Amino acid sequence: MQNHEICYHCGENCEDELIKFDTKKFCCLGCKTVYEILNQNNLCNYYELESTPGISPPKDTNKKFEYLENTKVIDKLLDYQDDQTSIINLYLPQIHCSSCIWLLENLYKLNIHIKSSRVNFLKKELKISFNHNNLSLRKLVELLASIGYNPTINLDQLKANKKKLIDHSLIYKLGIAGFCFGNIMLISLPEYFGLDAIKESAFSQFFGYINMVLSLPIILYSSSGYLKSAYQAVIHKTINIDIPITLGILALFFRSIYEILSHTGSGYLDSLAALIFFMLIGRIFQQKTYDILSFERDYKSYFPIATTIVTADKIEKSIYVSELTIGDMILIRNNEIIPVDAILISGEANIDNSFVTGEANPIFKKNGDKIYAGGKQLGQAIQLQVIKKLSYSYLTQLWNDEAFTKADEDKFDGIMNKISKYFTIIILFIAIGSLAYWWKIDAKIAINSFTAVLIIACPCALALSAPFTFGNVLRILGKNKFYLKNASVIERLAKINTIVFDKTGTITQSSKNNVTYYGTPLTEEQKIQIASVLRQSSHPLSKLVFNYIDAKKNVEIDSFKELLGQGLVATINDIKIQLGSEKFIKNYIENLSTATRVHLKINESYLGYFQIENSYRTGLSSIIAELKSFFKINLISGDNNSELENLKSYFGVDAEFLFNKTPEDKLAYIKSLQQKGNVTLMIGDGLNDAGALKQSDVGISISEDVNTFSPACDAILDASVFDKLPQFILYCKSSINIIIASFIISFSYNIIGLYFAVTGLLSPVFAAILMPLSSITVVVFVTLTSNLLAQHKKL
Amino acid sequence: MSVLFILIIVSLIVASGFLIAFIWSVKSGQYEDGYTPSVRMLFDNENIVEDKEIKTER
Repeated sequence: MQNHEICYHCGENCEDELIKFDTKKFCCLGCKTVYEILNQNNLCNYYELESTPGISPPKDTNKKFEYLENTKVIDKLLDYQDDQTSIINLYLPQIHCSSCIWLLENLYKLNIHIKSSRVNFLKKELKISFNHNNLSLRKLVELLASIGYNPTINLDQLKANKKKLIDHSLIYKLGIAGFCFGNIMLISLPEYFGLDAIKESAFSQFFGYINMVLSLPIILYSSSGYLKSAYQAVIHKTINIDIPITLGILALFFRSIYEILSHTGSGYLDSLAALIFFMLIGRIFQQKTYDILSFERDYKSYFPIATTIVTADKIEKSIYVSELTIGDMILIRNNEIIPVDAILISGEANIDNSFVTGEANPIFKKNGDKIYAGGKQLGQAIQLQVIKKLSYSYLTQLWNDEAFTKADEDKFDGIMNKISKYFTIIILFIAIGSLAYWWKIDAKIAINSFTAVLIIACPCALALSAPFTFGNVLRILGKNKFYLKNASVIERLAKINTIVFDKTGTITQSSKNNVTYYGTPLTEEQKIQIASVLRQSSHPLSKLVFNYIDAKKNVEIDSFKELLGQGLVATINDIKIQLGSEKFIKNYIENLSTATRVHLKINESYLGYFQIENSYRTGLSSIIAELKSFFKINLISGDNNSELENLKSYFGVDAEFLFNKTPEDKLAYIKSLQQKGNVTLMIGDGLNDAGALKQSDVGISISEDVNTFSPACDAILDASVFDKLPQFILYCKSSINIIIASFIISFSYNIIGLYFAVTGLLSPVFAAILMPLSSITVVVFVTLTSNLLAQHKKL
Repeated sequence: MSVLFILIIVSLIVASGFLIAFIWSVKSGQYEDGYTPSVRMLFDNENIVEDKEIKTER
């Protein structure tokens, strides 16, 4: 550990720079400053709780938060405000350890105007209440940024009703059902043991009445979801699983009430309570949610809230992006996102469009060029003139497509509903049949067996098997870093037959590129010189080549000039080094290859070029090979076709390749596949895939860091487990088989029960045993098999 | 035996007290963040830093 110096604050290696301060070592000035701030305020406990917990603060915080002075923005961001206090909830993606929690909850020591602060670790949120008369929101955010916690504030947070109330009704329903279920069971115990002394006495009636009272909240509140859903289905003339459930619930309830009031029996209220209690547990189990993930994000959560506008008299001020009008001049600084379509007026634009169009390398733009919204400026500040308003820009128009407006859930009919259609019809048939058969013999037995059929056929085990299987599968996949939006995604994933991949960022790694050098071999000295030149340039290609050369030393440069969009010229000890585009180095273009190359000339003699190729994710070839045997695989990309030959070796010749496609083209392509009857899975990563992800039957978004932005999708796949994708899909497919097997088990219980019901022999005790028994068997079966299957598939 | 009538009713009232407590706990947001409180309760009070500094000096 002592060989290399580790920053006391952030734990990074102090390779480039080493600052010693207060007997501690720091990797950069930023880290040192944070330490100083904390040290002065007696907050060094931060470093005691976990070693090197810090985050290196960003360097350019100066004007970044100017927009927080804007009262309109403030109003929309604050959760609460009175004369004295404001409360705000900030999203701090940097929160990662217990030291973070400690420091952020002790913010009041840094500034006395902060009243209190509370961290929600899983959501990475910080709720701060502060005195806004003495501490402006901007100052507060800058304070956080100065200690390394840079809040993410984007357009998404400005939505009118951002306070989404979490729906607790299911938990209330479960709590009340559990309470009533427990008490009814206790009171029904004497009945189970056949204690005649109690049966005869007034106790029996008293217990009956108490059970009745206890069952009211269950039937009126806890079961309301099932009753409503069944009612809706009847109104829309469809059949769903809730209809037989509701029939069972009502039959149980009214027959029990009748038996208790007429003193003919003790009723089945215990079974009723157990049934609803178990089914609610199933529902909650299926509702696996991931706090930090959002599957509904659109461009709004990627775009900034405000941008800098330059007024006619050259004053820079911050403005709300939706207030931008055509003709406004805006200023975009390094690493800022261009919020609207605009024309470049001045400055050297070097736009990273990888997220919007899928193009892998940044593009140089000249004055007067049109720049689309969503691109990120790399390099110095540029001035642009707005030509389209926010909601009409090239990228945001994608969200006007109908794929985004139609409801999501309706398009899929799950396996449960399909089976319950037949199930309901058969049950009603048997119930009416037994009613008709007994009617001639004895009306009382007829009614008894009719209700008994409805009770025993109540598909509680059936209704439990899918939620428990899906809930368990969701958890297992989540543990493997494959996060699904909800259970219906599993069913849809099990049905796909076509997979469409995006290229940039999906099968390639955006952070890593392969650089190869072709030409006269370079001497060690030349390498050092080239590296020293490249060091001066902030162009992304320069950085890639610099990393590739990996020179250990650095030499003084005598002169250096960067010609944007062309290349670099530098002299070192009278040696002239030129690096850049083919046209710049050779003055002509020899081959028309679309591959990205950086050419090299030393002292006017041409040496060769560095070729930059996308680097594919590890395991890509084996994944494609495995998936190819099950599915049809295609590729669609917004990038050019320079990698076509390379891709063919991965995907094989029978795959379809589409290049230079706009986001709308991608959406249309998925649509055309679906019209041919294919069930498609789209795998993408950027905003340019958002339309295709939404339109496809299942859209998976790949993300290097699941906390950062990913477009709206059905599932988020952590890039580190990309190689497990085939296993995930096949696991979902086999989980459907588990459900079918569990259906068979629950049907056999139903058939046994039905025999007793039709013959009129159903006793309350028998029902109270059979119904939970069948439910428990099914739950245990699906949980065990889905776990075993996961183990078998090495998940 | 007839005391059972009262006992059962009393026990139900006590039990519903717990039900109300449960509903209150959900409403007050105790189930929204299941992780942070577990860390927060382990933070010591202020004097810890000084203590540790004394230790390292020795």
